[in-house]
Amino acid sequence: MLEITNLHATVGGTEILKGLTLSVPAGEVHAIMGPNGAGKSTLSYVLTGREGYEVTEGTVTLDSEDLLALEPNQRAAKGVFLSFQYPIEIPGVPGLTFIRTALNAQHKARGEDEVSAPAFLKRAREVAASLKIDFEMLKRSLNAGFSGGEKKRMEIFQMAMLEPRFLILDETDSGLDIDALKIVSEGVNAMRSPERAMLVITHYQRLLDYIKPDRVHVLADGRIAASGGPELAHQLEAEGYDKYAA
Amino acid sequence: MAAVTKTVEQVKALEAYEHGFVTDIEQEFAPKGLNADIVRFISAKKGEPDWMLQWRLEAFERWLALDEPDWANVDYPKIDFQDAYYYAAPKEKVGPKSLDEIDPDILETYKKLGIPLREQEVLLGVEGAPRYAVDAVFDSVSVVTTFKKELAAVGVIFCPMSEAIREHPELVRQYLGSVVPTSDNYYACLNSAVFSDGSFVYVPPGVRCPMELSTYFRINAAQSGQFERTLIIADAGSYVSYLEGCTAPMRDENQLHAAVVELVALEDAEIKYSTVQNWFPGDPVTGKGGIYNFVTKRADCRGDRSKVSWTQVETGSAITWKYPSCILRGDGSSGEFYSIAVTNGRQQADTGTKMIHLGSDTKSRIISKGISAGASSNTYRGLVSTNHKAANARNFTQCDSLLIGKTCAAHTVPYIEARNATAKFEHEATTTRLSEDQLFYAMQRGLSKEDAVALLVNGFVREVLQELPMEFAVEAQKLVAISLEGSVG
Repeated sequence: MLEITNLHATVGGTEILKGLTLSVPAGEVHAIMGPNGAGKSTLSYVLTGREGYEVTEGTVTLDSEDLLALEPNQRAAKGVFLSFQYPIEIPGVPGLTFIRTALNAQHKARGEDEVSAPAFLKRAREVAASLKIDFEMLKRSLNAGFSGGEKKRMEIFQMAMLEPRFLILDETDSGLDIDALKIVSEGVNAMRSPERAMLVITHYQRLLDYIKPDRVHVLADGRIAASGGPELAHQLEAEGYDKYAA
Repeated sequence: MAAVTKTVEQVKALEAYEHGFVTDIEQEFAPKGLNADIVRFISAKKGEPDWMLQWRLEAFERWLALDEPDWANVDYPKIDFQDAYYYAAPKEKVGPKSLDEIDPDILETYKKLGIPLREQEVLLGVEGAPRYAVDAVFDSVSVVTTFKKELAAVGVIFCPMSEAIREHPELVRQYLGSVVPTSDNYYACLNSAVFSDGSFVYVPPGVRCPMELSTYFRINAAQSGQFERTLIIADAGSYVSYLEGCTAPMRDENQLHAAVVELVALEDAEIKYSTVQNWFPGDPVTGKGGIYNFVTKRADCRGDRSKVSWTQVETGSAITWKYPSCILRGDGSSGEFYSIAVTNGRQQADTGTKMIHLGSDTKSRIISKGISAGASSNTYRGLVSTNHKAANARNFTQCDSLLIGKTCAAHTVPYIEARNATAKFEHEATTTRLSEDQLFYAMQRGLSKEDAVALLVNGFVREVLQELPMEFAVEAQKLVAISLEGSVG
């Protein structure tokens, strides 16, 4: 589904990704682990097209379509979703309004009909209940004054509402207590399907106890330094990242 | 939210300034320039009684002795007051009796502007047709006022000012100039001498005005100024909600709009006054042309427990210089000011409010949202004061500024004068830049850059939009989005 070949990217003139190659087939969950500063967040921003993240070499395709040529919103319409490490506060815009506007923009870009208000609200109530989100919270300004855990739950709520095909979870476990981690993981696991693929970026193995990956990759110094099965995560937890240090 | 999506679609379908067309109709002008004879000419054209002419001439004499003020944070070349027309009116044989007698070109103009003048449609029950009465002012004269009969049935007077001077002289003489005296300031004085038309509203005691009242101002003629005069009187225990909208064609030269609006609220009365101002802002790059909007708006909460609420959405004008204010004279009276001021291109705005607490237990609330983009400058200037006799005065002020891009400016100039120790005044101010983080976040969810800006800005101004009557809130949201079109690279 997602093919990354020899990807080089710079931020502010400094090369962060240095020839990264990775393939995530449909239906699989791949974990990206690595030390701080290895380029994990850079990878998530390059895949979603953030300004200031310059691709200097290499290709990224989603179902054989060149992703790098598209604007961030066009990539979103193709089904790319990023759960942010630090979700952004949007004052004055209720969560429901934000997601409905985004959903309809995606539908429009794909030439689909708008979602009717009743259908949208019905679905929102179901998803909110499954993530134990108080529906009233969705009427408040998105993320404004929310706790770290609430913000992360809102990310998963948005993900479930937008029904993307390719999911990137950037440090979703950071700032979560064990109960919240369970709820969030269940939300993510509910989205696993043969048509979807996921990239789970994490520093710790803990999250992977809840979201079981098919493959684990070590990202170090801008490249994939090692790949393996779930056992690689445990090995990293025990041994640390020292042997991958540049 | 459907409104946001709608906004976005409408924005895409529109030019930067959609009201920039000129209506080709036969106009009648007063000779160019300004002197006592021009004042007499205007008065005669209106068929005014002598007391009105004397009032104007007195104002004109005072105006000659005044100096143009220069304290606002705005910059413009000196105005040549002799190089303008002070009266322009569509030519007509006799005053219009009904809509059928109005020049179809004018009706077409208002139709383009989306003004529901065709009250027949409304009365015939066309589904979804809004119910609000409209007074339309075309350059110097009011061309039509709708719903008059229905309003008259409950005793509400809603008519052009020129008609009120003839038909209700006792009310006009009692209240005209009682809130904004002729000598109040340079532009108010000029207005008093040469005002041509405007709207007059009187709501009798205990009456709740059954519909929104609205005036639509349109400057059409070239090189003409518009000097309208609006007077609204809410008698004891009454309520009225009033809205004004403004547009003008695109022209290279600057045009002056110097209006005076006076509101009087007697005991337990409430007036809600909303403005959606979209005068031509001038060329965004060169700054050429556009309207100078130098307006004096003031409310006198004369009666105990009276209430006045100003809501303004300012997106147009080359220069906006105005401070809708409340004199809280009655004990327990309250004033509110909700403002959205958007500047883009080379626009300049110096706007805010004055809350003058004279009575005891008076309350005021100020929510100001300034948005600056392009190379524009946006200043909030406000005064909150109490005199020594006003016990327990309370004010809450919140001024938020949003900057888009790197070449714009925002200023906040609050003046607070508390001469009574029991006063409680709170002031909060923030300045933020529309962040790359927010834009990227919204785009990652599927919104285009323009849509993301519109959504974020609508969030920023939501508190104020909520104060507008429903139909106008949608209109205002659309205007804000259009005004900021292309402001993010």
